[in-house]
Amino acid sequence: MAKKLIGDPIDRIDGDLKVTGRARYSADMKRPDMVYGVLVMSSIGNGRIRSFDTAETLKMPGVLTVMSYGNAPKVAGINKNKPSEVATDRVMSLFQDNKVHYNNQPIAMVIADTFEHAVDGAARVKVTYESQKPKPPLPAGRNNTFTPERLPRYDDQVDTKRGNLKAGLSGASTKVTETYTTPTQTHNALEPHALIAYWEGEKLTMYNATQGVSGVQKRISELFGMPKENVRVIAQFVGGGFGSKGATWSHVMLAPMAAKLVGKPVKLVLMREHMFGMVGWRSSTVQKMVVGTKKDGEFTALSHDTISQTSAFDEFAEPAGTISRMMYASPNMESTHRLIRANIGTPSAMRAPGEAPGVFALESVVDEVAYAINMDPIALRLKNYAETDPHKNLPFSSKSLRECYQQGAERFGWAKRTPEPRSMREGNELIGMGMASSIYPVNRAESTALVRIKPDGKVQVETGTQDIGTGTYTVMTQVAADVLGLSPDDVTLSAGDTRFPESTTSGGSRTTASTGSAVTQAAQAVLKQAKQLAYKDKRSPLFNVAEAEIVAENGRLQTKSDPRQGETFVSLLKRNGSKPLEAKMLSKSADEKDNYSLNAFGSIFAEVRIDEALGRIRVSRMIGTFAAGRILNAKTARSQILGGMIWGVSMALLEDTLIDPRTGRVMNPNLAEYHVPVNADIEEIDGFFIEEKDETVNPAGVKGIGEIGVVGSVSAIANAVYHATGKRIRDLPITLEKVLDYR
Amino acid sequence: MKSFDYVAVTKPADAVRLMEPQFRFIAGGTNLVDLMKYEIERPDRLIDISRLPLDRIETTDAGIRIGALARNSDVAADPAITRQFPLLAEALLAGASPQLRNMATMGGNLMQRTRCYYFYDATQPCNKREPGSGCGAIGGFNRIHAILGTSEGAAKTQCIATNPSDMNVALSALDAIVQVTGPKGTRAIPVIDFHRLPGDTPERDTVLEANELITGLDLPKPAIPGKSYYLKVRDRASYAFAVVSVATRLAVENGRIQDVRIALGGVAHKPWRIVEVEKNMVGKAATEETFRAAAQQLVAGAKPHEHNAFKVQLAQSAIVRALQTVATS
Amino acid sequence: MEYTNHKNYIIDGAGRRWFLKQSSALVGMLALPPLIGQAGTAPASSVPPGLPMKRAITLRINRKAYRIEVEPRETLLDVLRERLDLIGSKKGCDHGQCGACTVHIDGRTANACLLLAVMQQDRDITTIEGLAPSPDRLHPLQTAFVEHDGLQCGFCTPGQIMSGVAVLREGHAGSTAQIKEWMSGNICRCGAYSGIVDAIEAVQKGGRQV
Repeated sequence: MAKKLIGDPIDRIDGDLKVTGRARYSADMKRPDMVYGVLVMSSIGNGRIRSFDTAETLKMPGVLTVMSYGNAPKVAGINKNKPSEVATDRVMSLFQDNKVHYNNQPIAMVIADTFEHAVDGAARVKVTYESQKPKPPLPAGRNNTFTPERLPRYDDQVDTKRGNLKAGLSGASTKVTETYTTPTQTHNALEPHALIAYWEGEKLTMYNATQGVSGVQKRISELFGMPKENVRVIAQFVGGGFGSKGATWSHVMLAPMAAKLVGKPVKLVLMREHMFGMVGWRSSTVQKMVVGTKKDGEFTALSHDTISQTSAFDEFAEPAGTISRMMYASPNMESTHRLIRANIGTPSAMRAPGEAPGVFALESVVDEVAYAINMDPIALRLKNYAETDPHKNLPFSSKSLRECYQQGAERFGWAKRTPEPRSMREGNELIGMGMASSIYPVNRAESTALVRIKPDGKVQVETGTQDIGTGTYTVMTQVAADVLGLSPDDVTLSAGDTRFPESTTSGGSRTTASTGSAVTQAAQAVLKQAKQLAYKDKRSPLFNVAEAEIVAENGRLQTKSDPRQGETFVSLLKRNGSKPLEAKMLSKSADEKDNYSLNAFGSIFAEVRIDEALGRIRVSRMIGTFAAGRILNAKTARSQILGGMIWGVSMALLEDTLIDPRTGRVMNPNLAEYHVPVNADIEEIDGFFIEEKDETVNPAGVKGIGEIGVVGSVSAIANAVYHATGKRIRDLPITLEKVLDYR
Repeated sequence: MKSFDYVAVTKPADAVRLMEPQFRFIAGGTNLVDLMKYEIERPDRLIDISRLPLDRIETTDAGIRIGALARNSDVAADPAITRQFPLLAEALLAGASPQLRNMATMGGNLMQRTRCYYFYDATQPCNKREPGSGCGAIGGFNRIHAILGTSEGAAKTQCIATNPSDMNVALSALDAIVQVTGPKGTRAIPVIDFHRLPGDTPERDTVLEANELITGLDLPKPAIPGKSYYLKVRDRASYAFAVVSVATRLAVENGRIQDVRIALGGVAHKPWRIVEVEKNMVGKAATEETFRAAAQQLVAGAKPHEHNAFKVQLAQSAIVRALQTVATS
Repeated sequence: MEYTNHKNYIIDGAGRRWFLKQSSALVGMLALPPLIGQAGTAPASSVPPGLPMKRAITLRINRKAYRIEVEPRETLLDVLRERLDLIGSKKGCDHGQCGACTVHIDGRTANACLLLAVMQQDRDITTIEGLAPSPDRLHPLQTAFVEHDGLQCGFCTPGQIMSGVAVLREGHAGSTAQIKEWMSGNICRCGAYSGIVDAIEAVQKGGRQV
């Protein structure tokens, strides 16, 4: 076993299950006597339901009932269904009143013996409304904003001020003021939100497509007013989440309510068109950026004012300005976040919430400044390089952004770029090259893991995390194997179930930092137990050998100086009663956040080719270089950052949720007209890591890589479009008509 | 999806005989089943014609005859088609996905319905789906909508929907003829007359009567052989409907245009062709100037809406590019 | 993991001879005439709506015969997933727009969500569960997907692999660009496209019959 474990590009441990179709996602589960729920959605944007006519539906074969306002079980903990102190808790539509807050809001559920009967029944429910004019989303109402109570992350302030912006601007030789806008984006994980809920007496079990089994358990038990222990949530495999499965949305409560009502297990899978509104989306933004700079490129002032939108009944503010506060060493900086209310479903976190739209604006305006003062965009960024976090006034635990710029530029061939816009061309295509910085803060939350060494030498790891496609199952296995000096084949991971020790939600790129740290600490604790056992065991070759002298390697405990002096876990445990050793550890942040600014950084370089006559835009090359602490699995990590970069392509060029301001209705709620990239959209793309040894950030030494790929990619592409065409597109997505040559 | 009856037939005559207004023929089902799931189509019975013996591709003296049930992917890969009518193969391969092309038939593709957002949402007004209910696209989202031949008179008949098919655009440029059978016998309809403009009856996409069955398509050998090209502009690199497309056929000798066909997709309720413009091009120099003038004439009278004004320019640029590509190939 | 088994179908292990063994509930259904060729005698009038119009059909899936009763409106995808517990084919959009339900019908890819099960009799249907040569061996493209990490969440993966096999068999893996174009009917929201292409290229270069 000469294999090095950490960083090894080992195959996904769930790979075989996924490629054979044997991996069971929530909607793939079956229960005896299971029935099907299908939602009825509102067709007005604002008002009240006057009446339901369910006569035709109830006469249909197989229909058990229609659950709606009137017969829906009362929610005991309904007082918890309001904008809450928990930032990720969303207000749900639970059929407790007849209000309609947005178009495509769930208002009833038809429950029938087969899927076909439920679908048919749902289509036959007739609803009459008292309708009012819906409040339209952005850009309407941008002059009528209010200040949000908070931003989603606890330690982010809504507004900030550093130095004196006015003074900074008056000291500038060049001032750039521009407004950038981004559209409403919808997560569209390929797996629809789905659950199967069933009751056994007072006990509720749910197979649920979620990014956080324990979060769902808490929220649902709280709403039912029952002990947490009575709710079990299982998510063995999750078909992508991207934030949309992070919060507990209405359907997660509606299915168990329906199961209670009909006394049978209920399967509820949202239709694709239902997922545009009721399960969150990334808010549209309007962002005003101001940069003041001296002739040599030194920033004297920077401001970032964001307007985003929230629903009529809940509050979520897209935190787009947070990165601008700390990315550059501008002495004078101000940022604000404002909201408008609209009759839409509540927005939520979507892959790199805040960072993706915010860094699009920031890194676009920095590019504009570079052109305004005729300076290389990398040189400008280096001129304003923040050596310490200027917002928190703390040192970085580690920051290798300079190396990311340098290595990225080399790999990409930045030197071959001629800076003048429209200066590069091949055939009918203009060529553009752009770059941008990427960044993502390190998040960490409390997580618990249990590690058990069994008498047969095999290791069992239990933790209530879930794998939403990021490779968590594989990486957690590697972490435990690494600490214990075993092959990953000797480690079994049990996860995706609230039966296991509580872990955190898979979101905010925090799983490996949080749960990985818990597994690391639990494995270290159990290893310590083994060493102590050997130390006291007269028959052990390690008898009386100090802990610090013992290492776990190649499946053995052995002394550092002489690998032959040692033994396996099997022989150690056999002599000691054949009892397993186990340790359970709760891992949480210490004071690292008080003393350091913790962030992963990266650079993105993009090349676009644009046929101006036809408006066709191709992203022909993309190189991402990231410094994100330790990389635990080179293979899954690369996949994840490439996926993030592809999300950047998608946000830059394609995604746009069309909400008709007249009705509040989404007019492209499907994957034919809501465009995400297909295989042919992605040409040359590659991602690289700069290894960082950061012992401050967390015990696992990792920074999180789920979102950083998206962040800089959007502006790198937008900047490349400018370089190609001379057109600065400040309104996403950059669709063909925006670059079309109208001459 | 509502419940319906199902019957499979083995003879075209049975299909026609069993047809009633509330029934639908089904073959590939790629569009019909989709529409049924959205409750846009609600047939009482489906007549399964997928096993009728109408899937042959035959070379005739006059050209090629393609059975209505030939699969899009089979036609696109057929050696006779790729040799004699590569334009059709290109257009077919530019459409949909490999899976859908494997399922979709030629007849079904001819009958493909619009992708207008408001047509596809049964809660919204749409004169095509529900005659007299109004048009949601006018004043709403209309980036993907028509700029030519729209119906914009009385609110009850307004329609700015487009025909989404790539194949239809190529067939239009190829002067294809649709073979149809019905209770009154058979008839042949030139494809340029098969699809219609919305006029006062936007609910009707084609001139096909409810109980008529498409049996095949004839591709006539062009009198003057030339070269062809299908240019599709779309938002994704693949698997997206055309924003604008151009099917063109051009014969040039000594720099002069001998014969030309130009059909536009994504701009109207049917593939857009103006035969007069093509006739006027004959004898002129095959230059950008000629192409540009023709392009201008083809979009003359365009009536754009809030989000699709760019199509007026884009369509012209696409026409010029397509013609240049053929002329220099 | 608990789920019910559906035992009202028969398995012919060899995949050559078809025989039927219905559960008692299905006895008698065999007496119905086959659907094909029924036209001549079918009534011309409309059937009253709302009646359960179930049909007994036989589907040949992964070299096994499944005798089931379906409503005409049941899609092949729903029958596979809800009736036969063949859950490898996924429902991502239910409208032919994502490719997660891709299966092979008579050797060619199709979106099972847009196929009516009642129309699939006498067709050879292959799903991801039937791709591997045996339960303990993977198809070369399945192996390559794991090796090249052509997946993340795995939800689109069965469909990707079914399309990938078709791309290889039909000769559309001649270049990277060609693979990308012919794989564009399968959306991967996680963005595993480069691994997917690498996997297909690796099998293509391996030169094995797939």
